[in-house]
Amino acid sequence: MNNFTVEAFELTRLYGGREAVSNVSFNLSKGQVLGFLGPNGAGKSTTMKMLTGNLAPSNGSVKICGIDMMENPKEAKALIGYLPEMRPLYKELTVDEYLTIAARLHRVSAGSIKKSVEVAKERCGLSHMSKRLIENLSNGYQQRVGIAQAIIHNPMVVILDEPTVGLDPIQIRDIRALIREVGAERSVIISTHILPEVEMVCDHVQIIDKGKLVFNGSIDVLKKQRIGNKLLIAFGNPPVVDELLKISGVVEAEALPGNFMRIRFADDSAPAAAIVQAAVNNGWGLTQIAPDQTSLEDVFVQLTYQEQVVSEQVAA
Amino acid sequence: MIINVARKELKSMFASPMGWVILSLLMFAFGTYYLNGVNDYFAVMSGAMRPAERTGVTQFVGQNVYGFASFMVLFAVPLLSMRLISEERRSQTLPFLFSAPISLTEIVVGKFLGLVTFLSILVVFIGVMLTTLNIWADIDFGYIVANSVGLLLMIASFSALGLYFSSMTQQPVIAAILTFIALFALMFLDRFFAGDPSNILASLSLTRHFQSFSGGLIDTADITYFCLFVATFLTLTVRRLDADRLRG
Repeated sequence: MNNFTVEAFELTRLYGGREAVSNVSFNLSKGQVLGFLGPNGAGKSTTMKMLTGNLAPSNGSVKICGIDMMENPKEAKALIGYLPEMRPLYKELTVDEYLTIAARLHRVSAGSIKKSVEVAKERCGLSHMSKRLIENLSNGYQQRVGIAQAIIHNPMVVILDEPTVGLDPIQIRDIRALIREVGAERSVIISTHILPEVEMVCDHVQIIDKGKLVFNGSIDVLKKQRIGNKLLIAFGNPPVVDELLKISGVVEAEALPGNFMRIRFADDSAPAAAIVQAAVNNGWGLTQIAPDQTSLEDVFVQLTYQEQVVSEQVAA
Repeated sequence: MIINVARKELKSMFASPMGWVILSLLMFAFGTYYLNGVNDYFAVMSGAMRPAERTGVTQFVGQNVYGFASFMVLFAVPLLSMRLISEERRSQTLPFLFSAPISLTEIVVGKFLGLVTFLSILVVFIGVMLTTLNIWADIDFGYIVANSVGLLLMIASFSALGLYFSSMTQQPVIAAILTFIALFALMFLDRFFAGDPSNILASLSLTRHFQSFSGGLIDTADITYFCLFVATFLTLTVRRLDADRLRG
């Protein structure tokens, strides 16, 4: 037995001949938080529906803790907590009533239902909302009820489809903390559009575009791609490019409008101090020096765009 | 697990005013019929001189109330069954049930039992109401039991059909209308074939199978008919929901 909590193997889903998801394979281990990224209509939600047994894959298989979703759906589903994109809330019930039903349906033993409802409410900050009708709760609180419903039976795998939509910044921070907390002992899969969020909570990232997995790896790889070995420098009295290239470690320099310069340096060097020293010695009038970060958005666009270019080239 | 789904349905039904309103209105109507029945009994029986013309008070009042009840559930069931699945489909709460560790059959049977349990409150109330006649008269309990069983089976069949139509659409109102039309046709099928009672189609009529119960007779053939009717539509509902999972 391996330690994988989720194993997806060549998941494919056809909608009338069109592939909404094609050949998505990945594994997830205990204690990992996986972020699912992708533009609209990329197949994130479809993949999640297949993982939770809400949708039958056209091809491929899903295993939860080694249990096949197709063969033993009940046992597999018992290990999953799922919050779909549209919150499945019965609005005519109160928070307590709803969570009790959720606990019962997820086979929480009769004796511990009360306790697990209390714990779930506390973890999601809902304790003071117990007797309120879900209908009357604000969007953010409804979202919390949705999350509470997904973690109430303490599942091995928690799957949240865009969990932070509609929340205010403080709530988002709480939910992220909760996701990390759950992710420490269990496995969590979240999908999101908010890129910095992925960096904050996930330790594994998958980027999916047009139903295909474009990137699958550790968040560090993505971070590296993002930060790179670049510095952005502003001078009051900018030197010529060649001057900068003389400094050891600098491989490339580029003058930008507004007296800015961008330099790229070799992997094992840290030329910042040397540049400052040179600026002082030569009177370049250094006003600013900072690492130049490509935003995660750029990386994302690069990844999804590159794939497009490659596939177009292949087609041609 | 089936019980948990049924409990959830009952909770939803009592959480909305719809359930209470239907229960109270129907009970009010049945109570009125019961009172009228008792009044009429004395009026009619005082005119009936020969012993052959006389019927028991249980049968006289019971026929009145149960006949009316079997007609009224024709309106009540579609109103209650329409929301069972279509409402969940519309408010997208079905994934909540689908991702819980319960099978589709359990979901469908649970929902069905929830509705039948809710409506059986009516059957019990009618039974208790008629039993109060026992204070003044010596009533025929067998007749009441047979009628209650018949009414319950009828309600179960209506609910199964209603559940199926509810699983086909996102609009509760459409489900209600379809259910009503289908039930109406099935109820009065034997009227269409009144001239030819041996016709096979006529024996599909729900009313015809209720008749033996309303006469105080528990016939296994009729019980089988109702059970098959329920099983058929529950199976169709499960298949309809499974198609959701397969086709998306």
